[in-house]
Amino acid sequence: MTSREKILEAVLNNQPDLSPLPDISMFKGNHNNVVQKYMDVFRSIGGKTFLVENLDEVNALITEHFDINKRVITTLTDLSDRFELISATVDPHLYEDVELAIINAHFSVAENGAVWLTEDLMGQRIIPYICQHLAVVINAEKIVPTLHEAYDIIGLGNYGFGGFIGGPSKTADIEQALVLGAHGPLTMTVFILK
Amino acid sequence: MTVGLFIPCYVNQFYSNAAKATLQLLQKLGVEVVYPPKQTCCGQPMANSGFEHLSQGCSDLFIENFSAFEYIVAPSASCVLHVKDHLTSQTNPELALSIRSKVFELVEFLTDVLKVEKLDATFPHKVGLHHSCHGLRGLYLSQMSELNAPPFSKPQHLLNMVKGLEQISLDRSDECCGFGGTFCIAEEAVSVKMGKDRVNDHIKSGAEYITSSDLSCLMHLEGILHRNNEKVKVIHIAEILNATL
Amino acid sequence: MKQTKTKDHAAMAEAFIKDEERVDWHDGALWYIREKRDIASKKIPEWEQLREAASMIKNNVISNLHEYLLQFEANLKKNGITVHWAADAEEHNAIVYAILKAKEITQMVKSKSMLTEECQLNEYLEERGISVINSDLGEYIQQIDNEPPSHIVLPCIHKRKEEIGELFHKHLGTEKGLSDPTQLTRVARKHLRNEFLSRRVALTGVNFAVAETGEYVVCTNEGNADMGAHLSEVQIASMGIEKLIPQKNHLSVFLRLLARSATGQPITIYSSHYKKPREGQEMHLILVDAGRTRQLGRADFRDSLKCIKCGSCMNTCPVYRKSGGLSYQNTISGPIGAILAPNLDMKMHADLPFASTLCGSCSNVCPVKINIHEQLYKWRQVIVKEGYAANTKALGMKTMAWTLSSPNSFNTAGRAGRWVLQNIPFVVNNKLNPWYKQRDMPEGSGQSFAEWYQKNGENNKEDLK
Repeated sequence: MTSREKILEAVLNNQPDLSPLPDISMFKGNHNNVVQKYMDVFRSIGGKTFLVENLDEVNALITEHFDINKRVITTLTDLSDRFELISATVDPHLYEDVELAIINAHFSVAENGAVWLTEDLMGQRIIPYICQHLAVVINAEKIVPTLHEAYDIIGLGNYGFGGFIGGPSKTADIEQALVLGAHGPLTMTVFILK
Repeated sequence: MTVGLFIPCYVNQFYSNAAKATLQLLQKLGVEVVYPPKQTCCGQPMANSGFEHLSQGCSDLFIENFSAFEYIVAPSASCVLHVKDHLTSQTNPELALSIRSKVFELVEFLTDVLKVEKLDATFPHKVGLHHSCHGLRGLYLSQMSELNAPPFSKPQHLLNMVKGLEQISLDRSDECCGFGGTFCIAEEAVSVKMGKDRVNDHIKSGAEYITSSDLSCLMHLEGILHRNNEKVKVIHIAEILNATL
Repeated sequence: MKQTKTKDHAAMAEAFIKDEERVDWHDGALWYIREKRDIASKKIPEWEQLREAASMIKNNVISNLHEYLLQFEANLKKNGITVHWAADAEEHNAIVYAILKAKEITQMVKSKSMLTEECQLNEYLEERGISVINSDLGEYIQQIDNEPPSHIVLPCIHKRKEEIGELFHKHLGTEKGLSDPTQLTRVARKHLRNEFLSRRVALTGVNFAVAETGEYVVCTNEGNADMGAHLSEVQIASMGIEKLIPQKNHLSVFLRLLARSATGQPITIYSSHYKKPREGQEMHLILVDAGRTRQLGRADFRDSLKCIKCGSCMNTCPVYRKSGGLSYQNTISGPIGAILAPNLDMKMHADLPFASTLCGSCSNVCPVKINIHEQLYKWRQVIVKEGYAANTKALGMKTMAWTLSSPNSFNTAGRAGRWVLQNIPFVVNNKLNPWYKQRDMPEGSGQSFAEWYQKNGENNKEDLK
């Protein structure tokens, strides 16, 4: 008997009578004022947000807030005249020295500040984790109140990799002192397009 | 209404004033009280130590002593919870179940059965209320701080009826004191540290008295207070609710 | 880090408590997290309903695990992930080793995984010439100090920053006396970044595995799981079979509860959904039993398998806060550890269910509503019946039971008092009695209530007036 068979047999013998799944459809968030709620929550986590009219404003804010003399990469074709476009096919290790990555997210969640991205929007899976600073552009009307609405949108998901990212990487492992910038980005900025 | 008074073994021996206050308070409120003389213990010390199977004798005796009463009342949340959760009978399981449903801790008996809204009591002191865990999380005498649910407190409701009493608030409203039955011996160091921290929360907040509906917690806290020559005293809630000037 | 045990929890705790300043700090730091959890949970009006839903989903998982395992396996394969089954720790470790060996790889980076701690994977691989580096900062600190994690979410919560500074000085060459958390974190960031960039295999744990889609979710705050996984040629995930959830949208319930319960955060910074290998990458997933099916068969204890490893029961547990996680001597410490450990080795962990006052706070904070304190009580009964209680305790209990169930020996006024004084542990007038070490005995009131009632019973109303 293989371990697989042994485990499955033991599970079958030992599991109790079927207990029903609950209905979770009543869990719903409140859509009122989600943009403001999102910004408040995201800032409380240590993120930065800017409410902007268009990508020109994004461009200007990036110049103002980041060191664009260092390596800046993006998946946004509108920004490709200024910044390097991310290649989906090169060795991910080559992005080791990225200062800033500017990418789109599908949507964000007001209750927890997180944005949802799949690998197609990341350019490469490693991008939002390896860069020193992460900037994400979302549409204001794409902000949902809670994770329940979020998973309604995600559905079963046709991706190889996807993730919620809810702020700059952090740790409090040393005496519970909060330090932003553990292994991932030191800062995270979200540009919300009105 | 006739109530069988259940006085747990250690209360009988060491805290007879609390037992007398319970008796007198119930009588003041017009309740007929009978104390069955052959009572001993609910069996909790054995059961909580893993010897539930040795506590049948205690259960049988409890049933013998108390089955005839309409209500059974005790000034000890912990013992009451044990009876409510674990009283069994080999010969008459239904009788055991019916007794489980009529045993009450004093505070809940006052608020839920007698529905007391007024007390003739005076206790002009600063008092800290220590929630016994069995009273709080077992008998739901108050709302538990962990839950997202509306607040209430049965002992506080009663203490609010006492003239002159000032309730102090604590940093940790319902932290365990560390008594824990035989835990107090088996895990002496942790038990004492928990007790010290609980006592210090009360001292820091200016309490003159620590009260509770469980004397086992109070006995443990008193032991620490005495040893450290603290002025703060412990007092069972029955003694406060029964206090006159 | 081999599992041996020469002292029980009480003795380990006593040693920990000797440094009272540290205990007070430890207690305060964990209580602060409990308070943050309270604040976060009270911002969600439907919090208690979410807990109930999570509990029900996990009940369903436990009751239909066979089906979900098959479904999950089929979907993993469809997604291009290689599936392995491990009956025990040894088999799990051998599978990891075989994957590394096939690629002739001798270095691996690992993000937080309590399961691989439980399996002692690092030791196993190191004996075979593979170097493993723990990338979670807290786990990294514990690794360089050659100590297991003391908390499942906060692995080095028992250490002071000066001690960590000293470790960094010794292992990473930082300047002596450096203890600033930000500076220490920056040093670790730089050091571990090189490890991420150079290691070809990354192993992660699994927080949730979705049967319906064949994907798994890993939650971190540091980004270390992703740094390892997305730079690796070979990605391995190890999970206990109980980590399954039926449907994708159930993640909404669990991710709302997990971080709020754990640290009071609204969500962990990273909640990564791994579904398929990227181009040119290999992905393996190891399903591990290691005692879980045995626990599944224990009707009174199978609910412990619902645990989502948030650590909230540890933060709220006053015994844990005062005694430190290492005193439990089990990978999973605290209340949840105390109901999981006896299943693994009842004799060795017989002390753990007794390391509790049964206060019940753990069950109240548990996001999946495991009745932890009731299981502690039930484990005590099992452990005593199986003969793992100390003999002296058993004898004392029998005497007590006999006396307390015999009114004639107990309650004839004078004899009762004598018996209580001689036998109830907290009143034995003896300096060897642990009660008396740091506590005085109750003074008593001279006359017992029973004696008083016997004399004044019928006339007591007069007497009391």
